[in-house]
This record gives sequence, C-alpha cells and structure tokens, in this order.
Amino acid sequence: MRDGVSARDDILRDVRRAVGEARRPVDVPRDYRRERVVEAATVDLFAERVADYRAEVVRCSLDEVEARIAAALPPHAQVVVPDGLPWAVPGAVPDDRLTPAHLDGLDGVVTGATVGIAETGTIVLSHGPGEGRRAITLVPDLHVCVVRADQVVAGVPDAIRLLDPTRPTTWISGPSATSDIELDRVEGVHGPRTLLVILAG
Amino acid sequence: MTSTFVGMPAFPEAARTALGDSQLRANLAHATSTIRAKRARVVGEVDDWEQLRLAGAAVKDDVLLHLDEHLVRLEEALTANGAVVHWARDAEEACAVVAEVARSHGVDEVVKVKSMATAEIELNEHLEALGIAAWETDLAELIVQLGEDLPSHILVPAIHRNRAEIRQIFTDRMAAAGRPAPDDLTDEPARLAEAARLHLREKFLRAKVGVSGANFAVADSGTLVVVESEGNGRMCLTLPEVLVSVVGIEKVLPTWSDLEVFLQLLPRSSTGERMNPYTSTWAGVQPGDGPQEVHVVLLDNGRTRALADEVGRQALRCIRCSACLNVCPVYERTGGHSYGSVYPGPIGAILNPLLRGVGTDEQTDSLPYASSLCGACYEVCPVRIDIPSVLVDLRAQVVDAPRGGIPKPEAVALQAAAAAFSSAARMSLAEKVSGFAGRLLGWQLGRRGRTSLRRIPGPGAGWTDARDAPLPAAESFRSWWKRTGGRDA
Repeated sequence: MRDGVSARDDILRDVRRAVGEARRPVDVPRDYRRERVVEAATVDLFAERVADYRAEVVRCSLDEVEARIAAALPPHAQVVVPDGLPWAVPGAVPDDRLTPAHLDGLDGVVTGATVGIAETGTIVLSHGPGEGRRAITLVPDLHVCVVRADQVVAGVPDAIRLLDPTRPTTWISGPSATSDIELDRVEGVHGPRTLLVILAG
Repeated sequence: MTSTFVGMPAFPEAARTALGDSQLRANLAHATSTIRAKRARVVGEVDDWEQLRLAGAAVKDDVLLHLDEHLVRLEEALTANGAVVHWARDAEEACAVVAEVARSHGVDEVVKVKSMATAEIELNEHLEALGIAAWETDLAELIVQLGEDLPSHILVPAIHRNRAEIRQIFTDRMAAAGRPAPDDLTDEPARLAEAARLHLREKFLRAKVGVSGANFAVADSGTLVVVESEGNGRMCLTLPEVLVSVVGIEKVLPTWSDLEVFLQLLPRSSTGERMNPYTSTWAGVQPGDGPQEVHVVLLDNGRTRALADEVGRQALRCIRCSACLNVCPVYERTGGHSYGSVYPGPIGAILNPLLRGVGTDEQTDSLPYASSLCGACYEVCPVRIDIPSVLVDLRAQVVDAPRGGIPKPEAVALQAAAAAFSSAARMSLAEKVSGFAGRLLGWQLGRRGRTSLRRIPGPGAGWTDARDAPLPAAESFRSWWKRTGGRDA
C-alpha cells in the first residue's frame, strides 16, 4: 500500500486511463496453418529434424523398444525411471522422490513423451505417468526418450491443441545448447548433454 | 522507473567511443551477420510467416486494448492454481517483493534465469544491497556478472566479449563466487561452457529460491512460459522450493492456444532456430513436482505510460526476440552499451523513452535519434512494430517537450529557413553567405586534409552530435546556372 491505494488498483486504473477511448474489439486473423494431416513423411521429417539438433535418433518397431533402451545405456548404468513407464529398463532406479543431489549421482533417465512436433523436431513432456516429474529429465546427463510414431504431429498448433495448459510441460528440441561464446554452438550446458530419441512404430 | 546505466552519456557520445573500438566492431559484425543469416534461413522455410506475424500483432493489440480485463483474469487463474500474485507499480516495489520472499525463507542467495524484466528493475543490485546474492545462471549473463560488466545484446548479452576475455574472467573471478575455474581451462567454447556447468551446478543443487521472468503469461489458464536454450532456466524453475517470477503486465496472452503463434514467431526470430532447446510452462503449484511456493509479480514500471501513447503503445507488443538489433546498421556499428539501457537497438530507442517519458533526461531524449530510419527493424519484427514511425513521433515529442519556455534550436532554425525559402532575394543572399563560408572552410580544412565539418558551432551543434556536416557548396546551383547556363555540367 502506498498513500492508502493498493498497487493493483493503481495499475488497473492507469491501464484504463491509458487505453481510454481506444478500447475496441480486435479481430485476430487465424489464416495461418492450424491443422495439418499427419502422413508417413511427417514421421520421417520428425526424425530428420530431431537429428538436426545433434540428438541421436533410433527408429524401431514397438516390440524392439526394450532392446533399444538397453542398447542405449552404458553398461551398469544407474538410470532413474518414472512411475508408469511401460518398458523394462536395466539398472532402473525408481523415482522415489529422489533429491537433486541424488539425481546428480545417476547416469541417466528413460521416459516416454506426450507429443512430437515434426516441423520443429520438438518433443513435449507433460510430466504425467511414464514421463515423471520435471527434475528427473533435467539433472542426469543422459536422457533416453521414447516417442511413438502415433504421437507425432505436423506443427506447433497441432501440439498446442493436444496439451493441457494446467499441467507443467517441457518442450525439448535437441540437447541443452548455448551460443553465448562468439556464437559457437556448444551442446550441453545444464540440461542432459546427450539426448537419445527412440522413435517407435 | 527504468534507469539509465549509471553515468551513461547520451547516445552520440557513447557511440563515438564504441566506434573507436575495433575489437567490439569486429565481434558485433560477426555476431549480427551470423544471426541474420540463421534467421533468414529458418523464416524462409515457413510459408505462412506473414500470416503468423499478422496474427501475432493482432493478439498483442487485443491484449493491450483490454489489458485490465486480461490482468484480472490472469490473477484469478494464477490464484486458483496456488500462486501468490503481487502487483508492483515500479522497480522499487517489485524488488521489495522479491527481497521479502527471500528474507521470509532466511536465504542469502537466489538463482536467476535470464530475464529482461529483472535486469530492467536492477534486481541484482537491490538484493546485493540487502546482503542477498543473486546468481545469474545464463552463460552470457554469468560472463557479464563475473566481469562486472554491462549486457550489450538482449539475446547474447556478452557478445562484446571474445573467448580469450571470457577465459580470463572465469579464471580470475569464479573462485570468489563459488567453485573455481579448472586450472587447465582453455579458451575453447566447449571447455568454457563446461566450466560454467560445474560452477553453477553446485548453486542449482543447493538453491532454495529461484527468480525468473516469463516470456508469456496465459490469462485463461494461469500458465507462465519461459523460453531458453541452456537448461539453466529449467534448473531455476524446477529445483528450488520457492519460485518468484517478475512479469511485465504486457506479457499476458488471452488463451493457451495463442501460444501456437508465438512459439513459432519467437525462436525463429530470436536465435534463428526452428525451436529453442527448452521451453518450460507451469501453472502455479504442481503438487509433488517443482516449487511448492510460487509467486508472480505483475510489473508496471512505465508500461502504463507507454500504453497511453497512441503511436508508441505498439512497442508493448515486443516479445524481446532481438531480431531488430541484428538488422540495425546503427546497432551493428555502435553495440548495445551506447544505448545506456538493458533494452538496446531499435526497440530500445523507442521503448526506453516510452517507459521513462521524454523531456526528463538528455540520454533518453537522444535515443529516438539513434537511427537512420532505414526500416529494416520493422520488416523483421515478428509482431510488426512500426519502429520507424514510433521513432519519428518520439522525435517530435522530444522537440516539443517543455524546457522552461526556451524553444529548441531546431524550431528556431526551421523558422529562419521558412523565412529564407519564402523570398527569392533572401534565398539568394543566404546562398552567397553559404558559398563564401564553403570556400573559406574548404580552404582551411583542405590544409588539414579533411573534407567535412565534424561539428558545427552554435545552434547547429546538436545536429552534428549525431552526424558529420558536409561543407557548404562553394557555389549555389542558381549562381552556377546563371554563370554557365548548365554548359559545363
């Protein structure tokens, strides 16, 4: 409170005063591409664009997922897995509310995903069953992420439509990267330095 | 109030210094041309880019013209999601909220995601004065903070530093702030990034309080969005128990589906990527996942002043992509420091005067002139801010701003010009005087090997602050025509 008036009341009053007579409905033209059909080429494009970010992409059938996960992990790796992951993982450590320090001592994480966006090569997690809370896909240095081909959509609007805004989401496009030093792209600053995507089906 | 970097001179003086720094000019030319090319490539592959720009501009206009309604809805949704909403009229109030949250948890440090709003309110300095360390965790911001330096670009704030300088800063300064740089640190970017990873990881793992901004705040769902590259944002948004986000009131979007426009426009315009490595969205408190105490500070700090400006209010559409910096011929040569603000480049040249108001300080009033009005900024702007028109309008406001009743030199000069142009005899006399001056000055400067007047004295001095004045022609066109009839052309 300042001079007995709350900042909230002051700001809202100043907004109304500033807009004044200009207040009017604005039509938003929505003639950009909002809905696109998924074809076989869409899944190929997804694989290509994920790989463009220097993430590793492995394609396989749905039956081969467990073997591919096992092959992706270093021998004797300790790997955190979220509740509800439908695949068996060797060296699995269940996420029993592990502390950040504990997560930092593990070698990797295996999760599923909610949606894959072909045009941008993006994987979106919404941190429900099979994906886990946000910290587990952040602190370990290796993220193995399984995306089913039927989860791939064409563009950003298609993904937005499928996501629940009240859930936390993490959009991942390649491994962590920076271009802050002379615009040289360096993979791996704080997030997982290795992102391996298993595209199944 | 947004403040000017302490002791910063007006743009022309600062620019003159920057232009003399050849290392800075080389770094800037490399940086801006690289990002320009990347942006052009990824924008070129989107065939509905113009439709997206039109939609983006319209969504933002709708937000601005009904900002009070959207803010009230955002507050309701955030509160329903378990977040605590604070309102801050200015920098002081916003900093006080963050400080109070930190104090209530007894911490002497917070970890920060790169955020223009917190840079604008000088949160780090404010917290430091209270004995709370605010650790910047973006690599470039870390370089700027450890080097006790100022940011020079919205997206890549340390772009004025080269790798050797960065290695030196890390070697000299990391130890005092926490984990020291490795003894065998080289100037390879991958090694420097690794040093930052190790230095910051211990801070992330122990941090109790995180501080962020937000790129977008969705009113109907109470969802905040942070767009980033390195993962430091995810660390700050996920690992601490408490999160405070400082959000400018213009960041609100009406609905979740509006993100489908902006998550296409922003990354391609900003880093020139199809998508940035990481985007995080969160809606208040998520039980069992991430911070269990969430605060959101809605910040005015001059935004309602900018909103009241009928021409200038479009600047509040800005999504801080920095595409306008990278195409600006003035920015490319002078760099970000010359603008004396966390908002440099063409957007800074309009945003700073709009947020602070014109006619109060010389530095701010100089910014609308830091442009050749070439219009490249408008062409690349993903939300179609007509920066040149706003610049011209602000120049008029600067000239008209009351200064104790004394007319500005431009006004006097233009009145004199009107008198001369309206009479052939007066025009002829003026040309004779000018021609004589031109011959005399040409002879004098020629002896010193120069062909232009750098500064002219008297009332015209202000005009030559920002440009070199050419010599007056030795002979006017009309006198040359009378003498030769155009035969020696």
